[in-house]
Formats: sequence, structure tokens, C-alpha cells
Amino acid sequence: MSAAAISVTGLGKRFQLGERERYLALRDVLARAAKGALGKKQSGKANGRPSMWALRNVSFDVREGETIGVIGRNGAGKSTLLKILAGITWPSEGAAEVHGRVGSLLEVGTGFHPELTGRENIYFSGSILGMKKIEIERKFDEIVAFSGVETFLDTPLKHYSSGMQLRLAFSVAAHLEPEVLLVDEVLAVGDLEFQKKCLGKMEEVTRGGRTVLFVSHNMGAVRRICTRGVWLDGGTVRLSGTAAECVDAYTASAEAVAEAGTGLFDMAERTDRVGNGRVKFQRIRMKDSAGDERSTFEFGEPFTMEFEMECLEAIRSCFVGISFLSSDGSNVMSSHHSDSAELRELRKGTSHKLVCRYEPNVLKPGGYALQAAILDAATWEFVDWIYTIGPFTVSEGTGRFGRLPDGRPGSTQPLLQWEWR
Amino acid sequence: MSSKTNPVPETLAVGAHPTVAEALADGLELRRAVKRITPPGQWPALNLGELMEYRELLYFMVWRELKVRYKQTLIGAGWAVIQPVATMVVFSLFFGRLAKIPSGGLPYPLFFYAALLPWTYFAGALTGATGSVVENQRVITKVYFPRVLLPLSAVFSGLADFAIAFMLLIGMALYYKVAPGPWLLFVPAFLLLAVLTALGAGLWLAALNALYRDVRYVVPFAVQFWMFASPVAYPSSLVPERWRALYGLNPMAGVIDGFRWAITGENPPSAGLLAASACAVVGMLVAGLWYFRRMEAKVADVV
Repeated sequence: MSAAAISVTGLGKRFQLGERERYLALRDVLARAAKGALGKKQSGKANGRPSMWALRNVSFDVREGETIGVIGRNGAGKSTLLKILAGITWPSEGAAEVHGRVGSLLEVGTGFHPELTGRENIYFSGSILGMKKIEIERKFDEIVAFSGVETFLDTPLKHYSSGMQLRLAFSVAAHLEPEVLLVDEVLAVGDLEFQKKCLGKMEEVTRGGRTVLFVSHNMGAVRRICTRGVWLDGGTVRLSGTAAECVDAYTASAEAVAEAGTGLFDMAERTDRVGNGRVKFQRIRMKDSAGDERSTFEFGEPFTMEFEMECLEAIRSCFVGISFLSSDGSNVMSSHHSDSAELRELRKGTSHKLVCRYEPNVLKPGGYALQAAILDAATWEFVDWIYTIGPFTVSEGTGRFGRLPDGRPGSTQPLLQWEWR
Repeated sequence: MSSKTNPVPETLAVGAHPTVAEALADGLELRRAVKRITPPGQWPALNLGELMEYRELLYFMVWRELKVRYKQTLIGAGWAVIQPVATMVVFSLFFGRLAKIPSGGLPYPLFFYAALLPWTYFAGALTGATGSVVENQRVITKVYFPRVLLPLSAVFSGLADFAIAFMLLIGMALYYKVAPGPWLLFVPAFLLLAVLTALGAGLWLAALNALYRDVRYVVPFAVQFWMFASPVAYPSSLVPERWRALYGLNPMAGVIDGFRWAITGENPPSAGLLAASACAVVGMLVAGLWYFRRMEAKVADVV
């Protein structure tokens, strides 16, 4: 039986901009009312405060057991959609129907209180996420085992390291067994090992026949886990189809935007980043051999990437790692700066620049995104991680740089040393 | 249009249990709940059925509140007693010994403590309820549960302190050789009245505080005023006959009078006063619940 587990019809959500500014104090309301009574006009905003539609006319269906990925730029309305389906906020128009028990994972550590012990937090968090007491008791040992905090179970949470808290929080959430699961980028935290564990558990969950709605910026994860996709742009559904279709369309559109752009990528204002933030990327530039900033390079053309970073808190040693992601989300290759440059200790308030020269360029023609991260050299914990920078393109080329692409299989077209003997 | 849960009878709940036996053993219902989400209307449904569903979470919330309150404290539960006792001492000295207000034949400490006990509960529950929504803003924006649970849990968690302080009241009654009588059976009734009053007013204030942040600062002052409008520091017999029913519109008047009588058996409260109190409570509760549900829709966007 494949009934619709989630069905959304014409959903819309409007936010009044005035309310976002600051909290209203009763005296402000009274003052306004008094002003109104005295006949004084409010400056510009009278009755209807300026508003914006975070979602408009959104309709789609999700069948039971499907995993649907919701993608889109920041501010496209993805989290708002999730919140409405979870019942946290109400729509302004339209309707949605959700069949089955709903579990929402909008953050890791919902309901955690630092004064309570790990054990107590498991109970409370489990309960607030929707598990019954019997259920929590039944799964208690599993939850503890998955999180790896056995020895600290009876110490207050405030004494846990952030990594332990994260693992415990995720462990509780991972053992939720709702019929419909709503996940909002919750996988975007923690160190590499944690990420892998999260992703693995997510895959397990989706295979279990549950209906999952997954919001993410990580196109690779969306492709891997989701069967269907919905691309939200500016609050409306731009495309609804298979996950692959949506991811391709989305990355293609982002490419179209970038083609008009230069090779300068400003990181300072970006919020879709993960990590403890002690060092942050400010700007990333891609330059050709002449020093011009570009975002399209010919096949075989060497180019340089410059990473400008700002150190906000001292860090003993960290390394910068980059990955090249192809348009299907797969990681073509990675490089760490420590491969050929030294690790440095960074002091608070200092700026640094790392330059990476990619020569020879063995990337096959196509669209790529750069992924850059600063990792703590001792723990491999994320200091700053930005999923997609760019995109940038490698074009077919004219053979100027000695080679032509020939469509051979593989993600790269390397130049190895061959010799007859 | 309003939001409601329509249980649609279906077969097994998907996913959690491979066998029906296991599912039943765990007490899970064999139904698939359908949640229909639509824009909120002017008259939101009360949805008491949902509250029953979430009763375990309510238990956990109260449990958490109490645990957190008493962790790492020296005296722990002793705090439940200190405030009413200290106030009783001050009142006994100034309103009793010095001002010599009529206490209806009761020794001053008992007279005041019997009133201070439910009053302290009420004041604490009200203050707790007012801040409950704002304090939990993080959780509200991340997970769904009926928001009413927040002021509800504040009102219930006060009962633990009440129970402890009540022990002292029993001790006092024994010390002053007050004979127990059938009126003792009314203690739970008056306690319930206090709980409902705290809930009714608490729902209003919780909602108001979420929208207008300075409400929180008005409450302690309002509670002080409310105390003097209630027969805590003086007997209600001080209020002239013809005003007594109006005076009774303050539900705490009924609570305090009734409580004093239920413990000591002296000075039963007037029927008019009690009736007025009961009506006022029902009105407050219904209005408070309505306003809270109405505001619930806005809260997640504003808090």
C-alpha cells in the first residue's frame, strides 16, 4: 500500500517583518494605541506591516517509505516548510496532511539540560522527541552503546565535552522510530567520524521503510539517501522530481549564476558553514596563471586557489583541506595543505593566506564545486567547513595546455608516466 | 478551519513492531493518527485528547523541573518551607502581636501559616507559569508538543514544595492541639481551586509574556497586590457583609478561607464568597485557555 504519507497543498507562510525587529513591550503597544487615538499617523506602516511570503503555493506529495530531499539556497523556505510539517509553526494559507507519528530532528540535543546527568537527559530528550517511557527503557542500552558515553552516564551534562554531548544527542535522536521523520541539516555538525556515523544511520533509517523529509545543502548526501527531491526557490517549488533531477538542476542553476561571476568567492557573510569557528575563511579566490580571477578554466590549465582566513581564537595547529566535488556530488579528490606546507600555530586576531597551485590540472571538463575546510590537526575536528564554494567550470579546452579531453572513464584524466621496456 | 487530530483506524503502526503482540505489550495504539495542518482560526479547538496523549511528557517536564531545582543545592527541599515560615514569623509579629487583627480564635502562627501555605504555592506557580513559554523558547522552536504543557508543568511542579510545607502545617496543627475533623476532607478541594486559579491566570500571563516581554516584571508586583486583596494577612470577616460576594470574585479568597477552615474547622467560609470564587475560576480558566491557544499560533514565530 503506497498511500501518501505527507501531502502538501498550496501551503503558504507569511511573516510580518515588523515582528522580527524586536520584542514588543506592552508600553510600546499602549503608546501606539495612544498615538492612534490622538489621530497621529504611524510612519508608513499603519495597519499592514511590511510582510514577506516565506512559502507560497507549495504543493507536493510524499508516498509512504519515500525519502525526499528538500534543497535550495539559503532563505528558500526549507526550514519553514519543515517547521510547518512538524507542527511548530502554522501556515498562513493552504493545508498539509501528515499520516503517522512525526519525529522532528531540527537540531541535535533537543531538550538537553546541562544540570541533568546523561541518563536523565536521555529520558527527557527521548520523551520530548516523542518516545514513550517504555520505549526509552527498552532502547536505553542501545542508545548508550551507540553514543559511547557509558562511563559518564551519571555525571551532569555540563561536564561532557562538546563531542560527547553531540554523540549522546544524536544517539537519542537516532533511536526515534517515528513513521515520518523530518530532518533539518542535523548532520552538519561534529567531526568526520561523527558525520560518517550520522550518514550511515540515516541510510539505515531510510531503508527501514520510514518516510523521510531531508533538508540539506550537502548534495552528495541528498543524492545518496533520497529517492525524490523538491527544489525550493524563494518560497516556491521550482522543481519536483527524482533526487538526481533536482540536484542536477539546482547545481546547474548555481553554475549559471557563477558563469557570470568572477573567481572571487566571499565567505565572510556565509552562514552555511560548520565548525567551532576559531578560524574562518574570509575570501577564496581562483586565479589563472596570469593572476586574473576567473571561475572557468580550460582543460589542463593550471590555476591557483587562494584562501584568506581570519583567526578568531588561537589554535595550536590546523590544516586546510580542500575537495573538488563534481556536479554529481561525488568527491573527485582532496588535498591537505600539510602535504607540502608546514602546520602553523595561529594567534588570535591574525589574518593568513594560503595559496594552492593546481598543476597539472587533471580534472575532466564539467562543473565543479570546491569544498574547503579547516581542521584541527590534533583531533580532525572541524574548525570551519564550507560545503560548496563556487561552482567553477573546467571547459573542453583548445589543447593550449598540451592536452585535450577525450571522454575516457574515471573522474580525472591524469598524466602518468608510461614507457616501453 | 482549525487543527485537529483525526485518528483513522488502520492496521499496524508502521515500523516499530514486527508483531502485533509486541505492539500491544508496549501499550501502543493500533491506529494511524492523521495530522491535518491548516491556518489557525479564531476559535481554536481545546484538544484535550491531545493532552492525554502527552501526559508522559508532562510527567517528565515536572520531574525535570524538580530535579534541576534541587541539584547542587545545600538545603534542597528545605527552601520549600523557609519562605512561608519566615513570612509567618513577620506577620505574626506585626499583624498579630502589634496590630492585633482578629484571627477568629486561632493562634496567630497557625492563622497565618494556614493561609501562607496555599498562597506561597499560588504565587510560585503563577510566576513559574508566566515565564514558562519564554524560558523554553529553544525547545518550542524545535519540536512539537502541546504548548499548554509548559504552564501546566509549572503549576504542577509547585505541588511538590507544597507537599513538603504541608507537613509542617500538620505539625503545627498538632502542636496547637487542633482537633481533626471531617473538614479535613476538603483540603484537596481547596487545593484544586488554587491549582486551577494558578493555571487560569498562568495561561493568560504565559501567553502575554511571550508576546510582550515586560509582563514578567509586572507579575511580582501584581502578586504582592493580589496577596493583600486576599485574606492572607487578615480574615475575610474584616470585609463588610455586602461586599463579601464581590470580594469572593478573587478566587484566592475562597481558597484561603476554605483552606483555613479545612485545617482548623473554625470560621467556615461564606457560601456567597465560595460561589463567587468558583465561578471566577471557571471563567479565568476558559478565557485563559482560549487566549493561550490563540496565541500559540504566533508564538513560534515571535518567541
